[in-house]
Amino acid sequence: MNMRMRRRLGEWLTAYIFLLPWLFIFLVFVLFSIGWAFYLSFTKYNLFSPPQWVGVEQYLKVIRNEDFLQHALPNTLKYVAVVVPTQTVLSLIIAFALDQKIRFRRFFRTAFYVPSVTSSVVISLIFLWLFSKIGIINQIFHLDIDWLNSPTYALPTIMIVNIWSTIGTMMLIFLAALQDIPESLYEAAEIDGANRFQIFRHITIPALRPAIFFVVTMGVIGCFQVFDQIYVMTSGGPLGATTTMAYLVYKWAFQSTNIRMGRASAVAFILSLMILVVVLIQRRFIEQPEEE
Amino acid sequence: MAVQTRTAPRVRAQVSLWDRVKMPLFYGVLAAWTVVSIFPFWVSLVYSLKPVANAYDPPILWPIPFTLENYRTVLTEFELFPRWLLNSAIISVVLTVVRTLFCAMGGYAFARLRFPGRRFLFITMLFSMMVPGQVLIIPRFLVIGPGVIRNLTIGGTKIPTGFGLLDSLLAVIVPGIVDAFGLFMMTQFYRSIPKELEEAAAIDGAGRFGTFFRIVLPMSQTALITLALFTFQGTWNEFMWPLIVLRTPENFTLPLGLQWFRGEYYTLYSIVLAGSLFNSLPIILIFFLFQRYFIRSIAVTGLKGV
Repeated sequence: MNMRMRRRLGEWLTAYIFLLPWLFIFLVFVLFSIGWAFYLSFTKYNLFSPPQWVGVEQYLKVIRNEDFLQHALPNTLKYVAVVVPTQTVLSLIIAFALDQKIRFRRFFRTAFYVPSVTSSVVISLIFLWLFSKIGIINQIFHLDIDWLNSPTYALPTIMIVNIWSTIGTMMLIFLAALQDIPESLYEAAEIDGANRFQIFRHITIPALRPAIFFVVTMGVIGCFQVFDQIYVMTSGGPLGATTTMAYLVYKWAFQSTNIRMGRASAVAFILSLMILVVVLIQRRFIEQPEEE
Repeated sequence: MAVQTRTAPRVRAQVSLWDRVKMPLFYGVLAAWTVVSIFPFWVSLVYSLKPVANAYDPPILWPIPFTLENYRTVLTEFELFPRWLLNSAIISVVLTVVRTLFCAMGGYAFARLRFPGRRFLFITMLFSMMVPGQVLIIPRFLVIGPGVIRNLTIGGTKIPTGFGLLDSLLAVIVPGIVDAFGLFMMTQFYRSIPKELEEAAAIDGAGRFGTFFRIVLPMSQTALITLALFTFQGTWNEFMWPLIVLRTPENFTLPLGLQWFRGEYYTLYSIVLAGSLFNSLPIILIFFLFQRYFIRSIAVTGLKGV
């Protein structure tokens, strides 16, 4: 009895020692940080004088702020609405093509994944040069667009960069899911006389549902938080055309001469709420099997 | 019946047409995306091998005129450049080793050991993965740097509320020594392997620590390599957090340095491209060498994460 108690206590102790690094990081950099950010979102805080409690004022100021209302909010929503569906559909098409009896499959898979392992800064620097006014993209297509200095084209250019760089990972997730669908399901459907499109519609797509949910969730989370490419390529400009919510958090908290950490925190919480809502909505759509 | 016999041939015709076009179509899609994926890297390599004066001149696909001058400039004329390379290497290597070990330890505890609060902590950990980085950066900055409460004094002595690590490599390393994603991955891994071997070791009288370090860790090689590669890639490429905590150019990591470099030498874009290669080449090389681990990790996290 005593022996058993001691052994069990030993197991508890070992477990907590093994988890100690994570517990420390979790308590300080996650749990405390969430709480403190929440507190700060109800204060005025410029880093030099102590936070000053102002209640919900910061939230009200955010939703009336021109940078937020005219730029950050619509840009973020546009960005998510364009990038998430495009990257999902394109990566699904590519994965589907790769799942056929294709030669050089390994080669293709490798080539497609290279953009996903490269750093966002390097990718941004390369595209900044490709899409400059005298750059190679304009030369190839005989265009004369100043992509990143134009309020019309700057955001679409950043969308292109992000779609291009994320497809590799998403394609691999779809490919793994496609390869997991048992061959027997397809054979049974063929015997039942289903044509290719019926098979795709009624076998492939339902079997891919968890993967689609995962890819769309990752896409939504990533798109709402897009930062690196914007910082490097446009710094939110021109004229706020590429300012997103994530960029606004950084700008207000760290970049401007007028530091506003309270208001930046309020934006961060509005952003989290939006991510949560969108993820829940898309889950309803994707996970719910359609009525037959 | 009649309807069936009438529609059947049409369906067959449609199918055979699809059969004829489908392979060329698929190869077309794959070839097109290969070009789109590789083209930006290829042209940036080509132009990094052309003189600065030709940074936008054709030909696009081949380095004519050819020069290695840009690489020489990067390595010898900008003394900060080797420094950034070194800083990045230190941060990535330290974090890769430490994080992989800590995640393995924690994952083992979650998967194998019984202790009060296990379920609660595990679920909390899963939830913590969903918190957007933007919420955390401000308090994290305060904790790592100036402190959460400035000038907190109790009984006349000043109590520090921050690490005071701003502008040092440790500021990047400390918050990253372990992360929920890696912990989750290792937990799933240890849950998926049989525990007979560990039990045998326990019977042989090895303690829990001995069992873990001598039996379990060597057994988890594949999962450890996968997580290590993932961690290395993430830390090597990380931008936002170093941007917030590193201030003087001497302490920059390579991505930060490249961005700063571009600001200073934007007119010499061939040199920027050459510098960029020092960041992307190691990671692309590692990816080629350890491809199957990367692909495995994506399949695992992508599907078991749901």
